[in-house]
Amino acid sequence: MNNLVVLPIVIPLLTGMLLILFKQYIQLQRTASFLALVGTTLVHCLLLFEIKQSGVQAVQMGSWPAPFGITLATDMFSALLLLTSNVVALICLLFAFHSLSAEIEETYFYSLFLFLITGVNGSFITGDLFNLYVFFEVLLIASYVLVSIGGKKKQLREAMKYVVINVLSSSLFLFAIAYLYSITGTLNLAHLSVRVAQTGQDALITAVSLLLLIVLSIKAGLFLFFWLPGSYSAPPTVIAAVFAALLTKVGIYGIIRMFSLIFYHETHVTHLFIGILAALTMILGGLGASGYGDIKKILTYNVVIGAGFILAGLAAFSPEALNGSIFYLIHDMISKALVFLIGGIVIHLTGTTKLEDMSGLIRTHPALGWMFFITILALAGIPPLSGFIGKVLVTEGTFVSGYYWLGAIGLLASIMILYSLLKIFMNAFWGETILSVEEEKGTTKGLMLPVALLTTLTIVIGIFAQVLVPYVDLATYSLLNPEVYIEAVFSGNPIP
Amino acid sequence: MKWPRPNNMMLQVAIRFISLIIFAFSIYLFLAGHNNPGGGFIGGLMTASSLLVLYLAFDMKTIKDVIRLNFTVFIGIGLLFAVGTGIISMLFGYQFLKHFFDTFQLPIFGEVELTTALLFDLGVYLVVVGAALTIILNIAEDEK
Repeated sequence: MNNLVVLPIVIPLLTGMLLILFKQYIQLQRTASFLALVGTTLVHCLLLFEIKQSGVQAVQMGSWPAPFGITLATDMFSALLLLTSNVVALICLLFAFHSLSAEIEETYFYSLFLFLITGVNGSFITGDLFNLYVFFEVLLIASYVLVSIGGKKKQLREAMKYVVINVLSSSLFLFAIAYLYSITGTLNLAHLSVRVAQTGQDALITAVSLLLLIVLSIKAGLFLFFWLPGSYSAPPTVIAAVFAALLTKVGIYGIIRMFSLIFYHETHVTHLFIGILAALTMILGGLGASGYGDIKKILTYNVVIGAGFILAGLAAFSPEALNGSIFYLIHDMISKALVFLIGGIVIHLTGTTKLEDMSGLIRTHPALGWMFFITILALAGIPPLSGFIGKVLVTEGTFVSGYYWLGAIGLLASIMILYSLLKIFMNAFWGETILSVEEEKGTTKGLMLPVALLTTLTIVIGIFAQVLVPYVDLATYSLLNPEVYIEAVFSGNPIP
Repeated sequence: MKWPRPNNMMLQVAIRFISLIIFAFSIYLFLAGHNNPGGGFIGGLMTASSLLVLYLAFDMKTIKDVIRLNFTVFIGIGLLFAVGTGIISMLFGYQFLKHFFDTFQLPIFGEVELTTALLFDLGVYLVVVGAALTIILNIAEDEK
């Protein structure tokens, strides 16, 4: 038992609730939400070290033993994601202080932001399939409001689509859970893993696992990403950045957890299918990113390519490939937030999203331009930045497992990422300066600090990847050896 | 022939009693929970409906003057109660959401079983009342 595991859910939840009561006090809201995220980040650091010392941490809600009660469990994989997502959220919060209008801030923005983080943290921590659904709902409901906050016409239109798609996929999620419960008689992830291993993964269970895959793919933007470019380009910059960095990653986490802990017996069916979806996602996302001439569209299609690339590593399902996926997941959270924030600043300065209407920003904003350039290199996977190691390991893993086509498409997608982002760089930053400082539609005051922090993070993670290796190795170990997770959840009790 | 102006006298008099009865029943349902059908959720819904019939019988403005409560705040307070009961057990070194119960001898009621789960339920009750009334009143106030 370790109550530390509960804190990542309780701290943001409690702070968010308290802030509902103090709607008018903006300064208090800012300070409290900032402190709450600092608190969760510290907790995640502690968790990380504790897991490294003594293995997977689990806690049973209300002391009901494992398969009967609700389990929360974090292994190294979820701890790494928790830490990264909270650091990114913290930095985005700094950006929010300077970029949001007072009207949005007073519309419970900080409470909703914290509820979103509660949902994200909860999904990473929970050890129970139904609770995964519940935490998905928590973050989705918060995101419904965040998409439409401000109430512009475009936002309402996109919010409508977003809500319909997600309600549909959530209902399919419930169906899948119900099927799985009627087949195995349990919803505890560890117990499910044991039961499926005992009876063998027959065709029925594989079919249900594919239903779950479809549901999680909608959330992760894997192949079924048709809703994503619209919804992610509607809300204010900082909200779009948080969505791009965190929301799809929760879906990806769900897929990786399900197909490494429970459905790992029929890899030639399920994992091959994931591989095909990942390849299609990368191709379609790459075409979208290189085809459009609108900053927001290009960036949202980049989110899609990232999802495809991470899951290519899962499809290969070897230690190197999973190591690569985890590295790339961490990198992707940071750099997607970064690239969205920079894109948002560019749009803020020029007042347009069309690439052809902007030019030569590098003369007036050199720091912004060069940081964007670093981000491009990181996303394309140039050493020594954060994207490099993940890309190398995933590609190596796919080649070792015999998925040559998948690795090749991954490399092709990297070139498309590079092309699409260089297009933004050439058009927006290079060229003749057509906009003097006085003519700009907004200022970068206060917005540069978060961007600089994230850029530093991509460089640091790239250079000191060696420090991260033991942690990532441990994460991969617990993904490839489900008995470690099961052992921690049941902690020696008999498994019914 | 001139029709007399319609009025709601019958409805308004009846609703005063009906609202009280619904309210009392909702409290009963709330307390009956835990071991019998009932609990915070349906208790809260019923309390919300007992208040809503008042809004129906009288107009919004009259009731607003009588009940000067901001129902949105109820959601925050209720959530605090619910999570608070979970955290308190943590502070005493038990696992999150662990609950306790004991039987007590109370002056009028005799032997009563009191549980900390009731406090959690109270949180749910407040959230439901707050959310239901906020939603319905917001829709009712929308004039556009």
